[in-house]
Amino acid sequence: MVTTEIEPGRERPGLLSRLVGWWGPRPFIQLAVFVAVVALFWLLGANVADTMRRIGVTPGFGFLERSANFEIGESVIAFKAGDLYIWAILAGLINTVKVAVLGCVLATVLGVALGVAGLSGNLLLATLVRWYVELIRNTPLLLQLFFWIALAKSFPPPRQALSAFDALFLSNRGVFLPGIIVDGFSGRTLLLLVAIALSCGLYLYAVYRRRRLRFGTGLAATLVLLAAAGAAFPVTGATLSLDMPMLGGFNIRGGYSLTPEFAALLAGLTVKFSAAIAEIVRAGIQSVSRGQWEAARALGLHPGQIMRLVVLPQALRVITPLITSSYLDLTKDSSLAVAIGYPDLVSIINTTANTTGQSFEALAILIGIYLALNLSVSALMNVYNRRVALRGDGSR
Amino acid sequence: MSLVDIASLPLMRRSFDWKPLWNGLFGTRLNTALTGLTLAFLVWLVPPLARWLVLDATWTGTAQDCAAASGACWAFVTAKLRFILFAFYPQDLQWRPAAALLLLLSLLVVTAQPRFWRRELLIAWLLVIGLCWALLTGTLTGSPVSSNQWGGLPVTLLVWSVCFGLSIPLAVLLALARRSKMGGLRTLAVLFIELMRGTPMVAILYVAMLILPMAIPGGQFVDKTVRAILMITLFWSAYVAEVVRGGLQTIPHGQEEAAKALGLGYWRTMQLIVLPQALRQVIPGMVNLAIGFLLATSLLAVIGIFDLLNAARASTTDPKWLGFYDEAYLVAGVIYFLFCFGGSRYSRWLETRLRAPHH
Repeated sequence: MVTTEIEPGRERPGLLSRLVGWWGPRPFIQLAVFVAVVALFWLLGANVADTMRRIGVTPGFGFLERSANFEIGESVIAFKAGDLYIWAILAGLINTVKVAVLGCVLATVLGVALGVAGLSGNLLLATLVRWYVELIRNTPLLLQLFFWIALAKSFPPPRQALSAFDALFLSNRGVFLPGIIVDGFSGRTLLLLVAIALSCGLYLYAVYRRRRLRFGTGLAATLVLLAAAGAAFPVTGATLSLDMPMLGGFNIRGGYSLTPEFAALLAGLTVKFSAAIAEIVRAGIQSVSRGQWEAARALGLHPGQIMRLVVLPQALRVITPLITSSYLDLTKDSSLAVAIGYPDLVSIINTTANTTGQSFEALAILIGIYLALNLSVSALMNVYNRRVALRGDGSR
Repeated sequence: MSLVDIASLPLMRRSFDWKPLWNGLFGTRLNTALTGLTLAFLVWLVPPLARWLVLDATWTGTAQDCAAASGACWAFVTAKLRFILFAFYPQDLQWRPAAALLLLLSLLVVTAQPRFWRRELLIAWLLVIGLCWALLTGTLTGSPVSSNQWGGLPVTLLVWSVCFGLSIPLAVLLALARRSKMGGLRTLAVLFIELMRGTPMVAILYVAMLILPMAIPGGQFVDKTVRAILMITLFWSAYVAEVVRGGLQTIPHGQEEAAKALGLGYWRTMQLIVLPQALRQVIPGMVNLAIGFLLATSLLAVIGIFDLLNAARASTTDPKWLGFYDEAYLVAGVIYFLFCFGGSRYSRWLETRLRAPHH
């Protein structure tokens, strides 16, 4: 006798029925809403195109290939009046990325320091940190930026610049810091540096996989990495030298200079988000229950180990998503640069819209870039959260 | 027989317990060092600040008197406070924005108290906002004032309350759509919310300034403030929707099933069962959002609306009082701080009160 096994529910539904299932109840009302929304946008778009034609502007992205007759105050890539609009927008985007990345790094450093200071157990320090956080959190970022730019513009002229240790100069022409000059940098140097970094990274990863990573190992590896990188320069004939800013004539020469606008924006973003990050760090560490501390102490771990092995891994699960959304907020808020004259993406887009009349396309580019940035970071965040959740609690 | 423990006597217990304070400042060697460093920082910071704020400050006089002194110029504040509060609103009609401000503030104070949370409060808000608008434009009293001349704190508060108020019903619909079983509506809601949350507010304001006049027929005749209010409402509703969705997620599914078993339809279920519970959950979150929104209204300055911050900035360009940035921003900052700090304290109070079982 032959028996055929029939497994219930083995038959998978077809594509169409899955689509219908996804679309859900009341299909026609939904379709009507959908059509209405599309029609609304169609109508608005047609109106925009009409108005543009009436004022003599051709809709479309052709303007990107025309030359832009404005200067950009500062830019990482070389840009001068007469270059194409697309390069102007790229210069603005790079300026935005520059201030956002530096802002994220500095805000994290300051924020973590403040968060730890707030939890240090010292009453005076904790009170001071709490007032700092309240003060910064409860006033608008734009107001703080106005304050910073007024401050940056009120520094004395270069000849009387305020200086600290003859390395840092504050003047109304900008902030000057010591820079590093690399001479004779060649492909061989780069290759050697990459090789050193890779081998160190691989070694650390191998140690990490065997769960033998200790603080001492990490420190030693970092030192070896730095020493090897330092040795790589003379071996391949490149030189590193420190470039100190110096007062010469009526201006300060040398070193690494920040324009007043950039310095003000960076200071404003760093301070504003350091307060947010300090709060996140505090909340994250406090979210680990006291029992965990007590249990770790009962096991004989000393405070440093408790923090590193027990508290931080759990706190990071709370901290990471919040800090990421802080980073995204910082990137979005860097758009306030337009109010203090730093040529970021929004500022360039605004100038482009005003000089070409193609405000619709220009704003579409702006929103598209920010959206792509946000969605990609959120996607990465979701991957991270899933990993942490899996490793953290497989039972649920 | 036991001796009376002296410390437990009620009279003695009233004296201040110094031990936690002492331990908090000098308990360990590290703590002592930290206290020393912090004190050094305060010694470096406080005396110059106090000199600027009080000792060397000019309290009365003219800009020349202020320029002669090295401290803050409070004479500037007494001279320009009215401008910072009401900006370019015609001087002789400034009782109108003042009355609007008073109305909004008193209604805010009433709204803050849970015992007034009734349907009538909603009507009161509609009435007051309409009345404020009428006061500012001057439809009731004659001598109309165009919105280009509005400014200062009343504009900040009016734009804030109108946009936040309008965004709540929109946000509830968006949150329901995002959680519904209807794939088409869900997609639309997700697209809208993610689009808005991924865009900086400055870009949204530029859309209000540059695109709306082209997109709406006759849009160039629509008032700038109204266009800004429209776009900000759409923008904020995405943020409010995410908070409402968080509240909806806390309601167990059984509630909905029970309502269905009782024969209630979708809208009745939402209106009578789910939303009242969900919205109650998110009230503290909404207050925090409202604080963030109040700070965000300062971006109106970017598109040239004279809100509180822009008025403060404009006050520094008066030829008679040129360049007193620090004082102007300090005044605006103090006003924002009072609202937001008060709001965050209120939110904390509300959270414990709502969690209390007898409510």
